[in-house]
Amino acid sequence: MLSRVADSLYWMARYLERAEHTARIVGVQLNLILDQTKITPEDRWKRILDSLGIETNDLPAVDTGSLTRTLLYDPDFPSSIVSSMQNARENCRQVRNQISSEMWEQLNRLYHLVRRHAADRRKSIPLEFLMSVDEGVHLFHGITDSTMSHNEAWQFIRIGRFLERATNTATLLDVHFRYPQEHLEWIALLRSCTAFEAYCRAHTADIRPDWAAEFMLLDDKFPHSVRFSVDRVATALSALTGPGELDERTRRLVGRLQASLQYIQIDEVMAEGIHRKLQEIQKQCDDIHVAVQRTYIDYTIEEALSA
Amino acid sequence: MSTFSALLRNYELNAAYDEMVQPDGTVREHYYPLAEYLQKLPPEEMRLRKQASDLSFLHQGITFTVYGRDEGIEKIFPHDLLPRIVQRAEWQQLERGLAQRIVALNLFLKDIYHEGKILKDKVVPREMIYTCKHFRRQMMHLDIRRDVYITVVGTDLIRGADGRYMVLEDNLRVPSGASYMLTSRQVMKRIFPDLFQACGVLPVDHYPQALLSTLRALAPDGRPDPTIVLLTPGVYNSAYFEHTYLARQMGIELVEGRDLVVHDNIVYMRTTEGLNRVDVIYRRIDDDFIDPLAFRPDSALGVVGLFNAYRDGNVTLANALGNGIADDKAVYAYVPRIIRYYLGEDPILDNVDTYICSEEGSRQYVVENLDKLVVKAVGESGGYGMLIGPHSTREQQEEFRRKILEDPRNYIAQPTIQLSQAPCYIDGNVEARHIDLRPYVLYDGSKVTVVPGGLTRVALRKGSLVVNSSQGGGSKDTWVLHD
Repeated sequence: MLSRVADSLYWMARYLERAEHTARIVGVQLNLILDQTKITPEDRWKRILDSLGIETNDLPAVDTGSLTRTLLYDPDFPSSIVSSMQNARENCRQVRNQISSEMWEQLNRLYHLVRRHAADRRKSIPLEFLMSVDEGVHLFHGITDSTMSHNEAWQFIRIGRFLERATNTATLLDVHFRYPQEHLEWIALLRSCTAFEAYCRAHTADIRPDWAAEFMLLDDKFPHSVRFSVDRVATALSALTGPGELDERTRRLVGRLQASLQYIQIDEVMAEGIHRKLQEIQKQCDDIHVAVQRTYIDYTIEEALSA
Repeated sequence: MSTFSALLRNYELNAAYDEMVQPDGTVREHYYPLAEYLQKLPPEEMRLRKQASDLSFLHQGITFTVYGRDEGIEKIFPHDLLPRIVQRAEWQQLERGLAQRIVALNLFLKDIYHEGKILKDKVVPREMIYTCKHFRRQMMHLDIRRDVYITVVGTDLIRGADGRYMVLEDNLRVPSGASYMLTSRQVMKRIFPDLFQACGVLPVDHYPQALLSTLRALAPDGRPDPTIVLLTPGVYNSAYFEHTYLARQMGIELVEGRDLVVHDNIVYMRTTEGLNRVDVIYRRIDDDFIDPLAFRPDSALGVVGLFNAYRDGNVTLANALGNGIADDKAVYAYVPRIIRYYLGEDPILDNVDTYICSEEGSRQYVVENLDKLVVKAVGESGGYGMLIGPHSTREQQEEFRRKILEDPRNYIAQPTIQLSQAPCYIDGNVEARHIDLRPYVLYDGSKVTVVPGGLTRVALRKGSLVVNSSQGGGSKDTWVLHD
C-alpha cells in the first residue's frame, strides 16, 4: 500500500487513542475532585497534566474551570480532545477511499459531536462529553474490526493505536509513582485504564502497589497493559513486509521490548526502581515509532533501491 | 395513442429544439415509453423515487467543490430524475463525428509539436499557437508513445433550434464528469428498473474497463504488465470524488504527487513495501502543476523530475502535456479546417459559429454587438469569465468591451445559441429545461471508443442556459436506445 496512506492511518489511530486516553484520565480525576481528599484540586491537575505530558507553562490558568475548557474544548490547544479528534478526522479524510464507509461515518459523527460540544461549551456537561468520546472511539474500533479487511491498512491502524497506548500507560504509571499514593489514587489509576474491575477479578479489591504495577505493566491479557499493547504492535509488524533490512531492524526493536516485558519479574522492576524501567520503556516506544516511520514511510530512495 | 395532455400541462415549448415534444405538441416516438410511464405513475410515487435518488447521491458522497466561496464547499451534485433519451441511429452519427474529430485533433497536436506543416501551409495562423497560454515548448520534437496525445476526451455537444448537434467545446486536457455518468446510471437502475426494460438502454458500465485497457495499451515498450496509477491533486480538488471513484473502479492506486519519486528518470511510487515502478499515469493534474522543475516552480502538487522521465519514454502521461492548444477556444474556430487538412473529409459534426476577437473584422462586429453575443475568455472554463449578452447589464457589456480591446487574443464570441430542452422533474411537475451533452471518448492510437451515454448537464433554473455545476447546473442520465 502507499506509504502516505499507511502514515495517515497510523496517525489517525494514534490521535484517536490519545483522545480516548485523555477523556478517561480527565473523567476519572473530575470525579475525584468532587470527593474531599487530602489532595488539593491544584495538585490533582498537576498530576493530570503530567500524566498527559503537558507542560504547565503552556497553560493560561490552572483552575478547574479553565483547565477543563482547555483540555476538552479548545481547538487551538494542541493536546485538547477537540484537537486530537480534528487531527484524527483530517488524517482519515485523506484516505477515505481506503477504509470502510461505516468507519468514516462513525468518525465523522464523533467529530461533529465533539465540535458541537466545543462550540457550545457552556451547555456541555464535561463528564457526559468525556463518556461519549470514550464510547465513540470504542465504537469506531469495533466498526473497524468488523467492516474492514484485516489487511496491511488495518495493521497500520493497530500499530498506531497500540503504540500510543503502550506509551500512554507507561507514562501514566510513571507519573503515578512520583506522587503520594493513597488508596483512592490507586483506584483512580486503575480506572484511568479501565483496569479496576479486571484487577479486582485477578487480585480482589486489595490494591497493592506492586500488584497494580504488575497488572498494568506486565499482564498479558489485559488490553491496556503495556505488555499487551506491545504484543499487538509486534503481531501487526510481523504481518508487514517492508523494504530491505530496515524491516528486520524494526522487528528486532519491538522484539527486544516484548521479551523484556515477558520475562522480567515485578520485584526486579521494583528493586531496580520502577521509574527507570518506565523511562526506558517510553524511550523504546519512541524508538519504535521512529523505526516504523523510517521503514515504511520515509525511507530514502537509496535504501529502497539497494534492497 | 394517448395525448399525454395531463403530463404536459406545465410543459412549455419555445424556439429551442425540444428533445421530447415535436413543434405540433405530439411526443416523439422514442420518448413514448417514458411519457407513458410518467402518465401512469402516481405523483406521490414519483416524489418518493426522487427522494430515494437524492438520498442515494448523498450517501455515496457524490459531491463536487465550488471555488470562490467560504462555506458549503462540498456540494451534492443535483441530479434530475428523468433520463435524456437518444436514438441509436442518431448516436451512431455522433460516434462517427466524435471519432473523426479526436483523430484529426490528435494529428494536429502531433504536427504542431513536430514539423508544424499546418502552420507552414497557413491553414492555422502561427501566432494563434504561439500566443496560446497552453502551448508547451517543452513538448516540441518529443516523440510520445504511439503518438497518442489525446487519450480521454469529454466533448461538449449542444443542439441548435433545428435539432442539429454541434460541438461547443473539445475538452482535451483533463476532462471530468465520467463518474457522474456511471453513478447516475446506477442510481437510475435502482429507481426505474421497469422503465429500463421498457426502453432497452445500452450499458455504460464498461467505461472504467475501457479506460483501463486504453491506458494499458499506452504503456512504455517492454513493460508487459504495467503499473497504472491515477494522479490526483488531493482531497481539496473539485473532482476528488471522481478520482477516488475511477481509481476504485479500475482497481488502480490513487496517488498524489508526494507519493511519487523519480530516480534515474524512472518513476516510482512509495509503498510500505518499498518503491514500485510506475508505467502509466492517468493524470488529473493540470500541465502547469505536474513537475515544478519543468513547469510552475511553485507547484506543490507535482512530481520533481517527472517530465524528464516522460521525455525519456519511461512513463506515459495521459492525457499528454500541451493538449491545451487544440481545445483553445480560438483554435476551436479552425477545427473544421483542421479536419479537412489532415483527413481530407468534411466534418461530420458542426462547430458553433465563432468570432475570433484577434481578427480585426470580427472584433469590430463583436464589440458592436455585445448585447446579442456570448463572449468567452479563451483560457477559462467551467462558466467562469463569460458574458451572456442578452442577459447582461450595460456595465457588464462595457467591462467586456474594455477587456476585449485590451487583450483581443483572450476572447472569442458566439451567437447566443439556444440549447435544446428536455423534460425535467421540478418540484413535482414535468417541466422543460435546457441541456447539453458530454460524451466520453477514448483513443489508444488505433481504436476510438465512445461509451453509449454521457453526462447530460441541465440548467436547472428556468430559462437559464448555463449548465455548469459551479453555476447552478445539474445532471441527468443519458440513455442511448438499443432499438
